[in-house]
Amino acid sequence: VMEGGAGPGPRIREGDCAVLKRGDVFKAVPVLRRRKIIFEKQWFYLDNAIGHIYGTTFEVTSGGNLQLKQEMEETTTETKEAGTDNRNIVDDGKSQKLTHDDIKALKDKGIKGQEIVQQLIENSTTFRDKTEFSQDKYIKKKKKKYEAVITIVRPSTRILSTMYYAREPGKINHLRYDTLAQMLTLGNIRAGNKMIVMETCAGLVLGAVMERMGGYGSIIQMYPGGGPVRAATSCFGFPKTFFDNLHEFPLSKVDSLLSGTFSTESLPSEPEDSALVEEESNGSIDGKQPSVQETEAESTAETAMERNQIEEPETMDMNTEDTGFKENQGKENKENVQEKQRKQQERKKKLIEAAALLREKNADGLIVASKFHPTPLLLSLLEFVAPSRPFVVYCQYKEPLLECYTKLRERGGVINLKLSETWLRSYQVLPDRSHPKLTMSGGGGYLLSGITVVSDKSKSDLGNLEELKIEEPSSKKRKVQDLHC
Amino acid sequence: MSFIEYGDTIKDGDTAIVFLGHESMFPVKVQHGSVTQTKYGVIRHSTDLIGKKYGSKVTCSKGGWVFILHPTPELWTMNLPHRTQILYSTDISIITMMLELKPGSIVCESGTGSGSLSHALIRTVAPTGHLYTVEFHQQRAEKAREEFREHGVEHLVTVTNQDVCKNGFGVSSIADAVFLDIPSPWEAIGHAKAALKVEGGRICSFSPCIEQVQRTCLAMEEHGFTEINTLEILLRVYNVRTISLQIPDLGKVSEDNSSIGFDSSNPSNQGSPCTNPQQGTVQFKSAVPLREMVGHTGYLTFATKS
Repeated sequence: VMEGGAGPGPRIREGDCAVLKRGDVFKAVPVLRRRKIIFEKQWFYLDNAIGHIYGTTFEVTSGGNLQLKQEMEETTTETKEAGTDNRNIVDDGKSQKLTHDDIKALKDKGIKGQEIVQQLIENSTTFRDKTEFSQDKYIKKKKKKYEAVITIVRPSTRILSTMYYAREPGKINHLRYDTLAQMLTLGNIRAGNKMIVMETCAGLVLGAVMERMGGYGSIIQMYPGGGPVRAATSCFGFPKTFFDNLHEFPLSKVDSLLSGTFSTESLPSEPEDSALVEEESNGSIDGKQPSVQETEAESTAETAMERNQIEEPETMDMNTEDTGFKENQGKENKENVQEKQRKQQERKKKLIEAAALLREKNADGLIVASKFHPTPLLLSLLEFVAPSRPFVVYCQYKEPLLECYTKLRERGGVINLKLSETWLRSYQVLPDRSHPKLTMSGGGGYLLSGITVVSDKSKSDLGNLEELKIEEPSSKKRKVQDLHC
Repeated sequence: MSFIEYGDTIKDGDTAIVFLGHESMFPVKVQHGSVTQTKYGVIRHSTDLIGKKYGSKVTCSKGGWVFILHPTPELWTMNLPHRTQILYSTDISIITMMLELKPGSIVCESGTGSGSLSHALIRTVAPTGHLYTVEFHQQRAEKAREEFREHGVEHLVTVTNQDVCKNGFGVSSIADAVFLDIPSPWEAIGHAKAALKVEGGRICSFSPCIEQVQRTCLAMEEHGFTEINTLEILLRVYNVRTISLQIPDLGKVSEDNSSIGFDSSNPSNQGSPCTNPQQGTVQFKSAVPLREMVGHTGYLTFATKS
């Protein structure tokens, strides 16, 4: 169980991965002294935040430093004057008497955001004609723009999955956070399980699973290519012990493991950069092993605009720059070679351990969320799962899961198959003004879940049961015919 | 077995789930000498269940078979005896994530109801966390205690029989999260705040009616909660079906397939072609929505105490 320093609540420490929050916008950054941060069109240093409790709200001073947000009197509009509707309000763009320059001058003088909002109200010719609701909305909008408060929050699955979905959905195969939430529950992810995780979501899904396991139990992460990407995992800030029972195993060896021909010869080759970064990572953040692909992606300028939530061109500040890199280049070649050999041996040892764990074929569950077609993954990885255990597979698209479903039926050994998606809808709740905000349905991906059973390798485990029940002819109104293809 | 740990074989005293087929299952208390009736015949606990592996197929006296599954909170939610309307796994999932629950978390809940959410919360906070659950109905509180005992989780939960709106949760300044599913949640917001840790925590209120939500949001604001956010989540389930559609007879004269219209033998005309030219049908796999779906359960309002 993670604890902060003495006193209530965990405190912001140097070296942490913290999440900056302003309204609905999040950004993950490393907490480092004298490191300039850009967030929501503001530049500042985090130094003054160190030592404060997570959840504290700050303001940015003109010097680029953080200071605690002062408790302020609420902006009161002395004139309770308001109109009844907007029939006479003409939007000619001239109702605000303050110009851009005027406002900038106020900002430069160091005038507080709240005061600027007050000025805007007083200099708006149409303000008193607006309805009360409209005035309320106007004030809220201006406050949002000019009262720049930033809250520093502790990373969690909730925060990081929301952030990733808003900022970089492509990196997580458009896995929406409520879909992730379903996976964690359907999969009965909890302390003590032995989980198999296969994901290409930058390590977000792995992190979510690790958070729900609390460091208990074990996880075997299957990975494609040379090594797993765990960029998002390092944002969670797990203690080192959480990684003691985290194993990894290459997909490219799965076939040999299942057929009994597994050997540690010809390990999948690591990308060059990854090997070097590994050597330097002695002092840096735990568990960070970005692959080459990840590095390239992060240096690409962010062009996607998710509503108005991404304003800066850069992606998250958890980049792979490391000052230790330069030091390494000065190392002696001999030491390098010995070090590499030692690492190689270490890897082999870990690989054999992971293989042994898989061979037991008694995993408590399987989670799949990747860019790959799910069918081959499911068909092979389910072999490692014990009977009467849940599995959940995510896919951005429905169709591959249809095929997966069909193949699983043919394979047998699974029951309670369910293909689903969730719809999520946000609401604005205000007196006399409550209504749904926006619909996010259709964009969150699909899930196929089920439970394993003891397979007896007969044609179908379900025989009289499932086939008859599931393939029941649908209502006569529909006039479609069910045939077995 | 246990609701918080997997076991491999069925033991005397376990709660197991008998699975008969698509969405048809029920819980059973495993006991030496007991007998369970199913539509496929009789299951004798001593010979058919005890000692068998979870996930095994069991043949019943009439010849049909069933599967015996290890219980999980999700299976329990689908099969528990209802004393009240319950929360289903879709809502439970988002509640768990948005309250940031994990092993070691301390959670307060009211009302306990039928214990659907309670079991899921206990599972998530185990082995080092705790659930304080408050239920104002005496029999329901007692039934909940009994079930937690039977399911081997009583050390992780405290059931208190009182009115949370009047007397709170019975604890103060220790909870990481509070959950409310009661008729007048705005009356319990103050108590929720008191139960939460000094440095902060998360709160969630579930209400079927928007008017309840409005009052609750106001109360949260008045008590200094921030990040107040209301949402709803709905589950959409699909059946996987192989569909066959007839090709209409448009009175084509020519024998060959050089007609301008729909060419059923052209693979690009459908996803996975399975055409039957003689009968003039095209087959494909489809994810067919169910005839009816749940359209509303309740609004979920989350907020942060900081």
